[in-house]
Amino acid sequence: MARTLLAIYPRAGHRYDEMLDAAGRVREHWRKLFIHLDSVTPETMRQRLDFVDRCIQENGITYNIYADSRGQDRPWALDPLPLILPAAEWRDLARAVAQRARLLNAILADLYGPQTLLAEGLLPPALVYGQHGFLWPCLGCRPVGGVFLHHYAVDLARSPDGRWWAIADRTQAPSGAGYALENRLIVSRVFPELFRDMQVQHLAVFFRELQESLAHWAPTDPGEQPCIVLLTPGPYNETYFEHAYLARYLGYPLVEGQDLTVRGDTVYLKTLTGLKRVHAILRRQDDDYCDPLELRGDSALGIPGLLLAVRAGRVVVANALGSGLLGSGALMGFLPAIAERLLGEALAMPSVATWWCGEKPALDFVLAHLDDLVIKPAYPTQRFEPVFGRDLAGAARAEMIRRIEARPHAYVAQELVQLSQAPTWSRDHERRLLARSVGLRLYAVATPTGYQVMPGGLSRVSSSAQALVISMQRGGASKDTWVLADGPVDTFSLLKPVLSSRDLRRSGHNLSSRVVENLFWFGRYTERCDATARLLRAVLARYIEADGQARPELNALVALCVQAGIVAPGRHPGAPEDGAGIAVATRLLDAIFAAEADNSLAAAIRRLLWSASQVRERLAVDHWHALNRLQRSLTPARERQGELGAALALLDEVLLLSAALIGFAMDNMTRDDGWRFLVVGRRIERLAFLARTLGAALAAYAAEASPGLEWLLELSDSSITYRARYSRAPELLPVLDLVVFDETHPHSVGFQVQALLRYLERLERELGDMGAAQLAPEAAALAGFDLGLFEQAPQQAAVQLGACLSRLAAASHALSDRLAMRYFTHVDVVTHQTLAI
Amino acid sequence: MARYHVLHVTRYDYGNLVSLSQQMLHLMPRACPWQRCLDFHLALDPAPAWRRRGEDAFGNPVEWLAFHQPHDSLHVRAEMWVDVLPHRPARLDLGPDRDALAARLAYRNAAPAAADLAAKRFLFESPHVRIKHELAAYAADCFVPGESVRASARRLMEKIHAEFEFDPEATTVATPVLEVLRNKRGVCQDFAHLMIACLRAQGIPARYMSGYLLTEPPPGQPRLVGADASHAWVSVYAPAGAGEDWVDFDPTNNLLPDTEHITLAWGRDFSDVSPLRGVILGGGAHRPHVAVTVTPLVE
Repeated sequence: MARTLLAIYPRAGHRYDEMLDAAGRVREHWRKLFIHLDSVTPETMRQRLDFVDRCIQENGITYNIYADSRGQDRPWALDPLPLILPAAEWRDLARAVAQRARLLNAILADLYGPQTLLAEGLLPPALVYGQHGFLWPCLGCRPVGGVFLHHYAVDLARSPDGRWWAIADRTQAPSGAGYALENRLIVSRVFPELFRDMQVQHLAVFFRELQESLAHWAPTDPGEQPCIVLLTPGPYNETYFEHAYLARYLGYPLVEGQDLTVRGDTVYLKTLTGLKRVHAILRRQDDDYCDPLELRGDSALGIPGLLLAVRAGRVVVANALGSGLLGSGALMGFLPAIAERLLGEALAMPSVATWWCGEKPALDFVLAHLDDLVIKPAYPTQRFEPVFGRDLAGAARAEMIRRIEARPHAYVAQELVQLSQAPTWSRDHERRLLARSVGLRLYAVATPTGYQVMPGGLSRVSSSAQALVISMQRGGASKDTWVLADGPVDTFSLLKPVLSSRDLRRSGHNLSSRVVENLFWFGRYTERCDATARLLRAVLARYIEADGQARPELNALVALCVQAGIVAPGRHPGAPEDGAGIAVATRLLDAIFAAEADNSLAAAIRRLLWSASQVRERLAVDHWHALNRLQRSLTPARERQGELGAALALLDEVLLLSAALIGFAMDNMTRDDGWRFLVVGRRIERLAFLARTLGAALAAYAAEASPGLEWLLELSDSSITYRARYSRAPELLPVLDLVVFDETHPHSVGFQVQALLRYLERLERELGDMGAAQLAPEAAALAGFDLGLFEQAPQQAAVQLGACLSRLAAASHALSDRLAMRYFTHVDVVTHQTLAI
Repeated sequence: MARYHVLHVTRYDYGNLVSLSQQMLHLMPRACPWQRCLDFHLALDPAPAWRRRGEDAFGNPVEWLAFHQPHDSLHVRAEMWVDVLPHRPARLDLGPDRDALAARLAYRNAAPAAADLAAKRFLFESPHVRIKHELAAYAADCFVPGESVRASARRLMEKIHAEFEFDPEATTVATPVLEVLRNKRGVCQDFAHLMIACLRAQGIPARYMSGYLLTEPPPGQPRLVGADASHAWVSVYAPAGAGEDWVDFDPTNNLLPDTEHITLAWGRDFSDVSPLRGVILGGGAHRPHVAVTVTPLVE
C-alpha cells in the first residue's frame, strides 16, 4: 500500500484545519472519506476527475465572466472532495443563520416602515438615506405576509478557534444555491456509497420549502392556481446558467422583464395565448432595475408599474424590492444591539469585526491600523475589489487615505480573516491532497413557520494555499458541502416527484411570447446554417476541383452566391465577374468565417447560438453539445485558417451538426406550440431558401447561363433520391419534378409548403388566424404549374416557373413578418422613459 | 396673501403609436403651512384605462395613470387655484453656523432630534446630486465661520446667480452638476441641483423644490400667456429655534421666495418630483410641449 496521504498534506499551522484536529488526527466526521481516499487507486481518482469534468461540460455548467477574454462562458470548477460538517455543529450553525435571516428581515420591515432604528439611534441614517440601495419609492410598502427576505445567503469563514464568522450578507438576490445543487448531483455520483453510508442530508427539502412558501404567500384570487416565475436579467448575467437551471428545477417559467407587463395593479405574463396573471416573482434581477417607472429610469430591463402591484399586495416579489440595502458590510457592527432591540435576543453568530468609516472614531481607528485591515465599499452598489491595507504603499496608500477621508461614509474596513483550510484533490499529481483556504456560503428560505436553512451549501476554495480572498473569478473552485444527519435522511427529491393524477399535464403551459419568438428563430437559423453551408460546400468543392482552371459552372455558381448576398462581389464593382483567381478563394473563406459579414455562415451560427441562449432552459443537453461544437468549429487552429481543404471539412462538420440539431428537435422536444413555431420557422426558412435559389437558377437557365444541375441536387440533398429513381445524369425535367414538385420528398419546395400549411392549420385551431390563407394561393399556383411547358417552350417555362417560385419566396417572408407582428414580444420595440417638466 | 390660478398643459405627440403607457404625475400642489390648494382639476386625453392617487415617500401627492389602448398623443391639462402666505424669514443672521449644524447632525449612537432626522433625508447623494469635492471647494468661501447657515446660503445663492448664465440651450435634464459647474450655464433646475450639491457637500441638508413662479411682466406690457414654465428652487435646513426650520432660496432669480412661488412638491432632486414621469412602449421620436400660465387672482 502507498504511503498515507497525510504524509505530505500540509499542516495548518495557526489556521483551523477542517479535516485534521490540533493533534493532526483525522476528525471523526471526515474519517470515512479519508480512509476511502487513502485506499483508492490513483487510476480510480483520475477517472472520477474525468467524470466531474465531463458532467460539467455536458451539463453546460458555466459561470460568465464579464472580463474574460477567452469568451463569455467559463466552465464551473468543482473539486470532488466535499466539505463535511457534523450534525451537532450543523444544528448550532443552522440556528444562527436562521436567526440572522430573521433579524435582517425585521430590520428591513423597520427601515421600510416606522424607522424606529433611526429614531432611536441604533443605526446611522447615512447607512440608509445615504445608500443608493435604499429605494425611497418602497418606503411604506409592506409586502405580503410581512416577508421582505424570502431567500438569504451568508458567507462564512472559520477562525483558528473553530468558530464560524459572518463576513458578508447576501440579501439582494443571493446566487449559488443552484450551483450547490448541481455540485451535489455530481459529487453524490462520484462517491455514491459514502454519500449513503455517511447519512448526508439531502438538499431537495430546501427547494420544496421555497416552492411551498412562495405558493403559500402568492396572493391568488379564489379558484386561481399560483403562477410563479423566475425573473432573470438575461443571458449576459454572470449566473445565468443558474437562473435557467433553477427555473427548470423548480418548474417556474424563466422570464425577462419584457415578458411581464403590469395592467393597473396586476402583473401578467405575456403568453402565446394572451396575458396570464403572475402571483409571485422569484427575482434574480437587482431591485433598482425592476421598475423604470419609479426606480431607475435608464434601464430597459424592468417591468414598468411593478411597484404599483407590490403596493396593492397583488404580487409577491422575492426578495422584496429594496432588500439589497442590507448587503452593506457597514451594518455589521450595529447588528448585536439591533438584535437585542428587535428580537430581544443576543446575536448568535458574530460578524467579522467591521468598522464603518462614517463614524469619526472608527475612521481614526481604520487609518491608524490600515495594515491589519481590508478596505471594502460600504454599499453593495459601489463596485470595487477589496483592498488590503498592507499591500498599499507610497502614493497608492496616500490616495486611498485621501479617498476615504473625502467620503468616509462610503468605506468600511474589516479585520483580516484567517480562513480555515480544507483538503482538495490535486489535479497535477498522481495522488496528493492539497490544503486550500475555504469559505462557506449558506442559504436560508422564509417559510410560514420561520426560516429554514439549506442543509448544505456552496463551499469555495482558493486557487492557492495562502490566498486571502476566495473568488471564482480568480480561479478558485467550488465544493459540495455534506451536512451529516444523526438520524434518518429525508430522501425527498424534486427531480422525480410523485405526482397524483390531477397534477398530470400534457402541454407546456405559460409559454411566453419571447420563448416562442426565440424558438421560431432557433428553427430559422438552424436551417439557415444548413442551407448556407450546403451552398458554400457546393461552390468550394467545385473551386478546389477546378484547381485554377476556368469552369463556366463554377462562375455561374459564384454569381448565384453573390446574387444571394452570401459571397461578396468581386473587388471591382462594375467589372465582369471573374470565377477564377485568388480573389474568389478569399471571398469564399470570408463567406464562411467573417462573422461581421451579414450573410456569412459565421453570422448565421452566431445568431443561432444567440437565439439558443435565449431559450436555454428549453433545450436538452444534447442540443448544447452540438451548439458548443458548432461554436468551436468557427475558430479553427490559426495555421489551418487559410486552407480550403480544412474549410471544406468544416462545412461538412456544420452540416452534420445542423442535422443533429434538427434531429434533436424532432426527437426530444415536447410537441407544444413552442415546438410548432420552431418547425414553422424551419420550414419558412427552407422554403424561402429553396424558392429563391431555384428561382435564380431558372433565371440563369433562361438566360442560357446555367451552372448545370448536379449542384441543385446537392443543394436540396436530393442526389441519392435522384440516382435511385433515374440512375442517369441529371436532366432538367426530372430534377425540377423532384426538387420543386414532389411532395413526398422532404427537401422539395412542395413538401415545405404542405408541411407549413399543416402546422399552421394545427396552430390556427388554438390561436386563430396564422396566415395560412395567404400562403395557399401561391401554393396552389405552384401545384398547378404544368411541367409539360418545358417540352414546348423551355425558356418561357423557366421564366414562368421562376416567377412562381419568387412569389412563393415573397409569401413565405410575408408569413414570417405576420407571425412576428401577431405573436411575438417584439424585442425590437423599445420602451422609453419620458419626462416632462 | 396671494391667490393664483395655474394652468399647466403638457402635450406629447408621438411619432408612432404608443401601445402601452404608464405615467406618474407630480402635478397636484402639496399642502404646507404657507400654502393651500383651493381646487384642482386634471383633464386627460385620451382617458386613462386605470388611475390611482396616493402620496410618495416625501409626502407629495401623486397620481398614477395607465393607458392600455394604442394612442398617438397624450394631453395632460392640470388646473389649480392656490393661496400662498408670506413665509420668508425676517432675519437671516439667526441659527447655527455650518460647523455647529454639522456637529448637531453627526451620528452619535443616540436618539437624534426628530426634525434633524427628517432633515437628513436630504443630506446625501441622490440621482442628480453627486457630492464631489469640486462642489465643496466652489462653495467654501461662502461659509464664514460664526455666520449663520442662512446667511451663508444667501452668499452661495448670490454667487451662483452672479457667476452663472441662464441658457436653456446649454443643458438637458440629464446634464451632470459638475458639467454645469464647468460651463457656468444652465436653467433653474441646474442651478437648484448645483446649489443643493454645494450645500450637501458642506454637510447641510437641502431639498429640491418644484413649482411655479409668477414672472413679472415688463411695465406696460401684457402678461405673456404660456411663456411661464415650471420652476425649481432650493430649500435649506437652517433651524433658528423658532419658526420654520427650512428656508427657501431661488438661485435663478437671486431671491428668497415668499408669495410669488407656488410649491408643487419637494424631494431630494428632480428625479423624485418630475411633474410627469412615464414609460411608454413604442412611440418613436417625441418631445413634450409644456406650457404654464400663472395668473394672479388677488393683486
